[in-house]
Amino acid sequence: MIEIIDLCKSFNKLRVLDKANLTIPDGKTYVIIGRSGCGKSVLLKHIEGILKPDSGKVIINGRDISAMKEDELNVLRLKMGMVFQGGALFDSLTVGENVGFGLIEHQHLEACDLWERVEESLSMVGLSGIENIMPSELSGGMKKRVSLARALCIKPQIILYDEPTTGVDPITADSINELIKELHDKLKVISIVVTHDMKSAYKIADRVAMLYQGKIIAEGTPEEIQNSGHPVVRQFVNGLAQGPITETLELPTVRDKTQRLECPKIIHAEG
Amino acid sequence: MILERFFTNFGKKIISFFYFFGGLSNLAWQTIYWIFVPPYKKERIIEQAKKTGYDSLPIISLIGLFIGMILALQTAVLMQRLGSEMYIASIVALSLVRELGPVITSLVVAGRVGASITAEIGSMQVTEQIDALEAFATNPIKYLVVPRFLALTFMLPILTLYANIVGIFGGYAICVYRLGISSSMYLKITTESLWYKDLFSGLIKTVFFGMIIALVSCYEGFNVEGGAEGVGKATRQAVVASFILIIAADCLFTAFFYFIFP
Repeated sequence: MIEIIDLCKSFNKLRVLDKANLTIPDGKTYVIIGRSGCGKSVLLKHIEGILKPDSGKVIINGRDISAMKEDELNVLRLKMGMVFQGGALFDSLTVGENVGFGLIEHQHLEACDLWERVEESLSMVGLSGIENIMPSELSGGMKKRVSLARALCIKPQIILYDEPTTGVDPITADSINELIKELHDKLKVISIVVTHDMKSAYKIADRVAMLYQGKIIAEGTPEEIQNSGHPVVRQFVNGLAQGPITETLELPTVRDKTQRLECPKIIHAEG
Repeated sequence: MILERFFTNFGKKIISFFYFFGGLSNLAWQTIYWIFVPPYKKERIIEQAKKTGYDSLPIISLIGLFIGMILALQTAVLMQRLGSEMYIASIVALSLVRELGPVITSLVVAGRVGASITAEIGSMQVTEQIDALEAFATNPIKYLVVPRFLALTFMLPILTLYANIVGIFGGYAICVYRLGISSSMYLKITTESLWYKDLFSGLIKTVFFGMIIALVSCYEGFNVEGGAEGVGKATRQAVVASFILIIAADCLFTAFFYFIFP
């Protein structure tokens, strides 16, 4: 179980997380939704232990990870797999070395066992036989799949996905959604998916939580979120330009001559 | 108003200067700590040593040769006036071994290797590869900085020694084939004028220059913000900071060797 309690984080005086609270039970797929830049990835990086909170706690299986020593945290990190937004594959390593990275660095397996695990992980994401090519030769969708294979290779208990369907075509996005669902059903892990793609959220989530202004403002099943009466949630899930989210944003205004837009001159054709 | 702006900017520069040195010291301390933490991956150090040392040989050969030739030609102008051409060999050897070899080699390596380290780590930072390392329980300093730090610390003195030899050969070529000094005389004067102290004072400082290049380049790479523009800016800052620190450290070393071990 993962518990996030009163989590606060600021960057350069900008408060990104402001007493965020969330409890994620074992074996569930949680989707965290919210606008771009609202702090979803920051929340995910706190769960992974990459970022330290300013205050608050992240408790995984009963232990506060911000109070852990580096060694203990590393043991926990090897039980979690993270799929990064752009894949974050290591450019200097082949696909096979990327997928087996966690095992190469931390588990001293025999070479044949290692490559067997790499092959198994790649086949789970439908990309067998590409071990020897470089990440630069892959498409965006393939990079995300390889990143997922890298996360799976360490046999994690928790998988964190940072916008897995962003930047790929709808067909690839749907196949990634299917894959996330399939892996979750097969491996029975905790899956936490951060996204702003509502189609994806409805498809894969057991529960959906919405992050807004640093707080979790709503949580429920996909149906509950879809039919929520909360005006912010309603505006977001329906993708409306008008509503409380956009009303709080400062729109650019013409302040002085240098910022004034110039109107094009209208030339009347004679004759 | 102008004065206020001047002092505000000046204050900001001072603060960023201390931030830079604070961050650099912290990185140096952590790098030294992680050097001694197992596991020790030799192959990563060897790979970096190849990139740093072996791959730099062509450019070091060219620059070393030209510097030696230029030194011989410039010295020849004065020495011919004084009728002491035979001393060209000792001036070339001493200038190269004590000063020009170490400094020019370090500056070339800072431009060639340091810039590529910053660009590589900076790109890894903006594409979340550094976060991915941490997510897989791998310390980025141990994985990225330690091999580069050790490779540069060991390879820069070797490259300098090589640049010295090539530079002396450049001076030899000018003196023997252009100025008519005999080959045996040139080599005799060169070996007689060089003491071990000259050689070691030149090589010892390159160990520190190597550390400076590695730390500054890695530090700037880790602190990249934004995208491609941020990587470009960090690379420029890394090269400029390395150049300034190398020259400043060289000034200190020269004073140290002059006053303490004259």
